[in-house]
Amino acid sequence: MADVTLTVDGRKITAPAGTLLIEACRAHGIEIPAFCYYPGLSLQAACRMCVVRIEKVPKLQTACTTPVAEGMVVSTESPEIAQARKATIELLLGNHPLDCPVCDAGGECELQDMTFKYGAHESKFVEIKQHRDEQQWSPVVFFDRPRCILCYRCVRVCGEGMDVWALGVQNRGAGSVIAPNREDHLECEECGMCIDICPVGALTSGAYRYKTRPWEMSHVGTVCTHCGDGCKTTLGVRRSSDGMEIVRGDNRDKSGINGDFLCIKGRYAFDFANRENRLTRPMIRKASGRLEEVTWDEAIEFAGNKLREIRDSKGGSAIGVIGSNRTTNEESYLLQKFARTVLGTNNIDHHRTADYPAFFAALSGKAEASLRDIAGAKAILLLGNDPTEQHPGLAWQIRTNIRHNQARLYVANHGLIKLRRQAAHFLEIPEDGYAGLVAWLAGEAAPLDDDKSAVAFREALRKEESLVVVFGSEFRGIDIAALVSLGSSLPNVKFACLGDYVSSRGAADMGLYPDLLPGYIPVAAPAHFKEEYPALPTTPGLDLVRMFDAAEAGTLSGLYIVGANPVARYARHSDALHNTFIVVQDMFLTETAQFADVILPAANLYEKTGTVTSTFGDLQLVKKAADRAGVRTDFELIVRLAAAMGADVKPLVPFGQHGTRADMGQARGAQSGEADRHGVWLAARHLEPKLSPFDPFAIFDEIQRLVPAYNVQRLDLLAGNDQQLKPALVQIEDIAARPDLVLPSNDTLFTSGSLGLYSRTLHSVLESHKPVETAAD
Amino acid sequence: MATLTHHPDCVPVVSSRFGKGATDIDRFIELGGYESARKALALGPDGIISEMKASNLRGRGGAGFPTGMKWSFVPKQSAKPKYVLVNGDESEPGTCKDRLIFEHDPHSVIEGVIIAALSIQARMGFIYLRGEYRYLLQIMERAVAQAYTRGFLGKNIFGSGIEFDIVTQTGAGAYEVGEESALMESLEGKRGIPRIRPPFPAVVGLYGGPTIINNAETIATVPHIFRMGGAEYAKLGTERNGGTRLFALSGHVNRPGVYELPMGYNLKKMIYEVGGGIPNGRNLKAVVPGGSSTPVLTADEIDIGMDFDQVGKAGSMLGSGGVVVLDETTCMVEFALRTMKFYRHESCGWCIPCREGTDWLEKSLTRVHRGGGVDKDIDNISYLAENMLGRTFCPLGDAAAMPTIAFVKKFRKEFEDHLDGKGCPKHHAAEPEPALV
Amino acid sequence: MSTTVFSPGLAARFDKLVTLYPLKRSALVPMLLYAQDETGYLSDAVIAEVAERIGITELDVRSVISYYSLLRTRPVGKYHVQVCTNISCMLRGGNEILEHCKKKLGIPAKGVTPDGLFSLEEVECIGACSWAPAAQINYDFHENLTFESVDKVLDEYRAKFGSGGTK
Ligand SMILES: Cc1cc2nc3c(=O)[nH]c(=O)nc-3n(C[C@H](O)[C@H](O)[C@H](O)COP(=O)(O)O)c2cc1C
Ligand code: SF4
Ligand code: FES
Repeated sequence: MADVTLTVDGRKITAPAGTLLIEACRAHGIEIPAFCYYPGLSLQAACRMCVVRIEKVPKLQTACTTPVAEGMVVSTESPEIAQARKATIELLLGNHPLDCPVCDAGGECELQDMTFKYGAHESKFVEIKQHRDEQQWSPVVFFDRPRCILCYRCVRVCGEGMDVWALGVQNRGAGSVIAPNREDHLECEECGMCIDICPVGALTSGAYRYKTRPWEMSHVGTVCTHCGDGCKTTLGVRRSSDGMEIVRGDNRDKSGINGDFLCIKGRYAFDFANRENRLTRPMIRKASGRLEEVTWDEAIEFAGNKLREIRDSKGGSAIGVIGSNRTTNEESYLLQKFARTVLGTNNIDHHRTADYPAFFAALSGKAEASLRDIAGAKAILLLGNDPTEQHPGLAWQIRTNIRHNQARLYVANHGLIKLRRQAAHFLEIPEDGYAGLVAWLAGEAAPLDDDKSAVAFREALRKEESLVVVFGSEFRGIDIAALVSLGSSLPNVKFACLGDYVSSRGAADMGLYPDLLPGYIPVAAPAHFKEEYPALPTTPGLDLVRMFDAAEAGTLSGLYIVGANPVARYARHSDALHNTFIVVQDMFLTETAQFADVILPAANLYEKTGTVTSTFGDLQLVKKAADRAGVRTDFELIVRLAAAMGADVKPLVPFGQHGTRADMGQARGAQSGEADRHGVWLAARHLEPKLSPFDPFAIFDEIQRLVPAYNVQRLDLLAGNDQQLKPALVQIEDIAARPDLVLPSNDTLFTSGSLGLYSRTLHSVLESHKPVETAAD
Repeated sequence: MATLTHHPDCVPVVSSRFGKGATDIDRFIELGGYESARKALALGPDGIISEMKASNLRGRGGAGFPTGMKWSFVPKQSAKPKYVLVNGDESEPGTCKDRLIFEHDPHSVIEGVIIAALSIQARMGFIYLRGEYRYLLQIMERAVAQAYTRGFLGKNIFGSGIEFDIVTQTGAGAYEVGEESALMESLEGKRGIPRIRPPFPAVVGLYGGPTIINNAETIATVPHIFRMGGAEYAKLGTERNGGTRLFALSGHVNRPGVYELPMGYNLKKMIYEVGGGIPNGRNLKAVVPGGSSTPVLTADEIDIGMDFDQVGKAGSMLGSGGVVVLDETTCMVEFALRTMKFYRHESCGWCIPCREGTDWLEKSLTRVHRGGGVDKDIDNISYLAENMLGRTFCPLGDAAAMPTIAFVKKFRKEFEDHLDGKGCPKHHAAEPEPALV
Repeated sequence: MSTTVFSPGLAARFDKLVTLYPLKRSALVPMLLYAQDETGYLSDAVIAEVAERIGITELDVRSVISYYSLLRTRPVGKYHVQVCTNISCMLRGGNEILEHCKKKLGIPAKGVTPDGLFSLEEVECIGACSWAPAAQINYDFHENLTFESVDKVLDEYRAKFGSGGTK
């Protein structure tokens, strides 16, 4: 829209016509206080804090509802305005408990700040305040009524933002109160958005309340370790007896691909990291058959020697490696490089949740949609998946885009997924009907021809001038090819393939496949990897399932499992595994770890530095926030295992002359003497301490060099901005020939694979959402 | 049940058919009913609006906005359907006049709605009565049904080929729903929370369509304007205050009742002649001239003409025509408290100044009245009220603040007499605790 | 409707009502009133059914109910005595009438007589200012009240009930 010019506090400012005065001012650094106004939510004009004086208008006006107008003359601060705001605060404080010292919001409270600014220090009232006991509405949501200032933010974010509508206002006048949808408790998605958006301490979280004071935490912006959306999350960490403990997850940094949003997992399910039953001491299975705690050196030497023995006696093909959906790109890359160059095997795989190889084969350089692309798309075609449950961040961005920009959503699904409520067109199709639908949309005749809504769906879709196609794991192999070619027949199309976990995409890109190298380069035709990886075996190795078969058949003697729980996931727990030497690197004594001969306690994503790639190809920096004494990053463990096997770590991790960046520990937010620990190890090996093989960025250098798609602006990345990968992932042939090993994990909002099982919050929410058993008699 | 009271000075226009059996459509037609609608049909939109403007009719709901002008704000072209809304929520304390219209002359409301609809080409009208007036709903529903059978409503009204429907309903007890945008919310099945304005109802109203909303008396007056001619009607009143209006006289007068008097009729005469003066030979203390929201006038401020401009000049408002008379025995603190108790009870709670302000004002006034007051309370009460004034989301806040400011300003001595544990000189017995929601 | 707590009459009234308005939800407030007239108050079952019939959440329905002072979620007496004490009534003895009702019925404001016959409430202006003091019993107005006329009216209701229902 055309710009208008107005004068605010004597300054000329310009803003697009229709902009709200409060936004125009904020854009020019003029802060107007507001409780009820919240960008992106419907207007209320209820709190009256944003009143300003507009020339030639008799009354003070609310800046949150007044659009800018040409020639408008505004003053935002004056004795009159200050008095109005002061009076409003005095009224609020009349009944607002002044328990700030124990209030979670103390120090982060908008009412506190306004009281400070407008100085409503003298109490006008002698009546005693009306106390109301605090209520627990759900495992995560607590409500303290007297603290509520009725700004209605929570009601709106829950309804308009989340499409949950679990909060409302009851009674009227001074009796008005925020109420949950089930009278005394909430039945909702437990996203905690209401808590996040509450300007005061009226809504507080079961996870954080009364734990600490805001200023006692340091805040680290990193990436959520759960689903494939890769939401940015800010972790509040605090020193604890055994490291740095995470006390809060929130979204104070709204610059991420998730905008305002975090779901329950991003916000609360960090708590697995603090579990006391975490593995913190290496263990070896002794002759007794029992796992016993040993020192790090003992464990690593033992594992290294054993693996070397197997390799040297039976060859690398007798060893298998299973990677993770949760480790950093650098760790995944390093793991496969370790397998291929140190163990000398292509027996490497991971739990596959989407057919990325088929996707990039079909895409062959065509545009992939980042989450930001989806957030701004004019039209979105969603085939399969249930983002509300499996990709909450994506669901939020789709809803927000529709709400703010009237984007059009087309949904075809075999279930009545919640996003159909926002859909301009919804088609319910049979579970095996996706390929058929795509063929029909592409113009093939089908029974759908006489389905009116289907025809309307297709007609409208064909009229779209630009489109983002988002598909779930219902699509594999040639079906993806068919979908991509359908899409390519429409103008300005981008695609997004949905995988389940934070590093599902990274694991695939980094080559955790028996037949594919980083960047999907076939091992059979390794291109530049021929030179890079000396003695690279060029016959494809065993995939995950075959590795277990081989183990049971006794032909796989060694198995190195990093951050994965295949035994539970694939229900493979045959005694035959006892004949295989198994090294497990994990946080917990999982079903898989129980079979291990050596257990190496690992750090999680919140305890390390590196990069991860969202399922949309958004590359992001992971920053070390927490620390648990005793654990080691997977990166460090792989390097030390290699060294223990007698391998020269220099070519494995090209630090020093190849590397462009050295590790002084700080890069990884060195905590509890980690830098020194490395120093000791390096010195022992006559290496210069400041050029370290434990530096993920040394490997990131190599990734950027060997996987062109990852060759993005390093500076932006380090600055914490998400970077979309370059459309340069290599095209592989005969997709149809590859076995389909995709195993969707079908997580819900409240589950997160094996990791989720160790989150108390998720557990309690699942419990509370169980239908209450009515006693049968 | 409720009936009009007569006095020689009364000029029956809107009340001219009261008590004449006009609830029945045949009788209503005998008395010239539905002729105005036919006239209006012939005049067409522009003709109707200029006639309305000529009448100088000003809204009887309280604000006194010129009705013809209001109608002219409705855009001719509109993508969304247009509506006419009759505000029969009559809830302003001291006001009980619309009730008589529905009870005695329901068809005049229907005819008025039809004319308003013709002026903006609306296809649907709503008549919204306050919930307490359930017995009037039956009367209105019967009248509407009759109008349908006669073809005055429905697919082809008066054979004009124009379609027009009327729906009647009641509210469920909420003063705030009398506020026009809150009424629309209520009609849409929601809590009676007012809407942000602009946009105004004339542009974006009920169901998002352009909407005329008028008080019941305003609407019922319309057919009479077309019967007499706008200019004639205007002549009955004063300049810019056309015609007559119903005044509800209540409180300490010998002959309380609802009277139809010309705009500009002298307030003093209204009390002493029409109302027959103060009972038991007592003296007048004060008058609330236009319903509880209007600032009180002292006994020596009442020699004024009762029209919007003159009462405005006197520092109050003509409001809804509810004239409440207070004699010398009245405790002004108790009166102020009772008034505030009402606004606290009726505040919708949406905005902070009104929700919290009415609450604290009631608390402070209660304490002062009971004798628990301290010096700073009196200034504090004015301070609170002055800080509500003009700062709230809708005019209810002003309606609570304005009278309070006037009570303290004009009767400060009485407030002071209550302080320091003295309590109300008029009630030595301790007050019962106020019931807080 | 799978299960219904509505009488056939009420259900029919509802079905008609929704056809009158451009928006189904507009029928909510009148519907709640009619349902309350039939069942005395708005029980959880009624709320659930209204919500389902209109197609909104129960929370929405509760929010609306709790806004309007005539809508209630708890039973009151067969005859609900609502005495106005607002300004015009107060000036003419409204408070005294209220006190008199308390004594006569032996219950406080907001109370219900043990036999469930009467309940008492102090209310805001009911639109009878010129005929003050006034009260409403259910929907019926009683105006220009005196202690005597109050007694008479209440006795009439009691008698009406005696002849009608049982005790
Ligand atoms: C709190 C409040 C309550 C009101 N109550 C009523 C009412 O009960 N009846 C009414 O006609 N107007 C009432 N009004 C005025 C209406 O908002 C509106 O101005 C009026 O219905 C317009 O009709 P008129 O122009 O014919 O007066 C109220 C206004 C406010 C702010
Ligand atoms: S709970 Fe918090 S967010 Fe919700 S209305 Fe109250 S203050 Fe606002
Ligand atoms: S004041 Fe009692 S009816 Fe109006």
